Amino acid sequence: MLRRWTSFYGANPLHLLVLIGCFALAGYAVWRVIDNPSLPRMALWFVGAVIAHDLILFPLYALADRSLSGALRALRALRRGRDGPRVPVLNHVRVPALGAGLTFLLFFPGIVGQGSGTHRAATGLAQEGYAARWLLLVAALFLVSALVYAIRARRYRAGSSSRATTP
Amino acid sequence: MARPPAPTDKEPRYGFPAPLWRALERRPPPGMGSTRRWRSPLRGPWLTSIFGLVLLVTIPIVFLTGLLSYAAYGPQFGQAIPGGVGWLRLPHFAWPTSPAWLYQLNQGLHVILGLMLIPVVLAKLWSVVPKLFSWPPARNIAQVIERLSLLLLVGALLFEIATGVLNIQYDYVFGFNFYTAHYYGAWVFIGAFVAHVAIKLPTMARALRSRSLRAELRTSTADTEPEPPDEHGLVATHPDRPTLSRRGALRLVGGGALFIGVITIGQSIGGTARPLALLLPRGRSPGDGPNDFPVNKTATAAGIEPASTGGAWRLRLSGSEQLALSRDELLAMSLHTARLPIACVEGWSTTQDWTGVRLRDLAALAGTPQPSSAHVMSIQQAGAFRGAVLQANQTLHPDSLLALRVNGVDLSSDHGFPARIIVPALPGVHCTKWVGSIEFRSA
Repeated sequence: MLRRWTSFYGANPLHLLVLIGCFALAGYAVWRVIDNPSLPRMALWFVGAVIAHDLILFPLYALADRSLSGALRALRALRRGRDGPRVPVLNHVRVPALGAGLTFLLFFPGIVGQGSGTHRAATGLAQEGYAARWLLLVAALFLVSALVYAIRARRYRAGSSSRATTP
Repeated sequence: MARPPAPTDKEPRYGFPAPLWRALERRPPPGMGSTRRWRSPLRGPWLTSIFGLVLLVTIPIVFLTGLLSYAAYGPQFGQAIPGGVGWLRLPHFAWPTSPAWLYQLNQGLHVILGLMLIPVVLAKLWSVVPKLFSWPPARNIAQVIERLSLLLLVGALLFEIATGVLNIQYDYVFGFNFYTAHYYGAWVFIGAFVAHVAIKLPTMARALRSRSLRAELRTSTADTEPEPPDEHGLVATHPDRPTLSRRGALRLVGGGALFIGVITIGQSIGGTARPLALLLPRGRSPGDGPNDFPVNKTATAAGIEPASTGGAWRLRLSGSEQLALSRDELLAMSLHTARLPIACVEGWSTTQDWTGVRLRDLAALAGTPQPSSAHVMSIQQAGAFRGAVLQANQTLHPDSLLALRVNGVDLSSDHGFPARIIVPALPGVHCTKWVGSIEFRSA
């Protein structure tokens, strides 16, 4: 009986039971706002959030990362032979770039100046200075990353030259 | 008559109706189902399960603090938003007044932890994204339904993140009521979350046992090998050479979460840490005077006319008696000072020294020394938060004040001059400003 069910449905009956619970709860939540004139807008934002992540944000950052690593690989290939292997620079760009992207994603309303009226009504302060502070933060992230890279590269060179001198 | 070939290990098993699923599998739309293009050598059930485990432990905290915040608004008085939520709430209980920082902690956890989890959520989604583009999307009915539930899970999670992130920055571009959307969205999410956990928990446990975390934390990039091929299609069939170890990936995601924590927690703990929240509206103070701490709504925005708060202002009290008091008469009463935080639903807070008349003294003056609730109304003419009902424990707490002064000076107009409510652990918007009347009710 259970085997026939499983070959028909594709999983244990409990699987279906759990998912019915999930949809029942979602249905009940939607039913509570069924008369809300904003419901279509909420649904739009719901679906829009998935599309924005899966079909816009993910392809964008994946593409950016591939372009970056591709470009760095090409650069390395060009320089190969002139000065041996080096400390890879990729993650020293990736990490601050991710930091910049993440902070922009989370704090863009202030950075681009969206919602300045409600901001002033709520805080009594003009919505200003966010873009400058964000740019400073991004600059600091890249600077720290570059410093760490410089230290690593120096250590690496020191290490390889000492390897070269020891018999 | 040719018999259909016996199913082998290689051939996937289809549910009912098998011809449909088989036909679907044979017709991948362009761009779907190519496994070659997933190149990361890090993707695999183990890494996904690590992110999953972190979210499994932390997301319930965010959900629960959200529900507690709803309870703190006093849904038993019909003043929590959204109203009429049916079964979708905790049982009614009187929100405590102690410790005074309870709501500060609750909302700090809800907002800051919620923000810190965003890098983890993005990493988790990154780790499973090949499944989104895999083909066929399903081989049986069970997988179709499960995929629909994943749409609810991811949609609701991103919806909660988007509305929450926008709300704490006063960007109401979404154009619907934040409270309503965020509250019901959370319920849609939690159902899908529980179902996902119930279905995937054994997979997660198995994957976590497949590798040693300690060993991974000692493995360098050069020694990083892809996970063994898996039945889920997460592990790349043609992996690139690693540019990051699993240790590096975990550090990156964990570091991202910590970084977000560092640049946001200042709005919750305030003081010298406040400027750390350099990209949030509550990372700044208006100045350094005694009234220069963050405001929730300015007097101008609330439409408070200076004439209505001048010498003609009276506090109207009603209980078993009715009376009206001028500000001078209130100042002549026994005054009490309490150091209390104001904590906003948006996760920011500020702790100040408030001086004023105890609410219980006002209740006694109105002839209702043991009120079951107190209904406070502002002179503000419009707005969702121009009045609030206080519970008995909130009215009678010795630190619950009708504050007239703060940090030794009169309240500024933005902080509610001539008088405002301050009650331990009460959500900030229920600490009504520009109070016009208080009605003490008995059961």
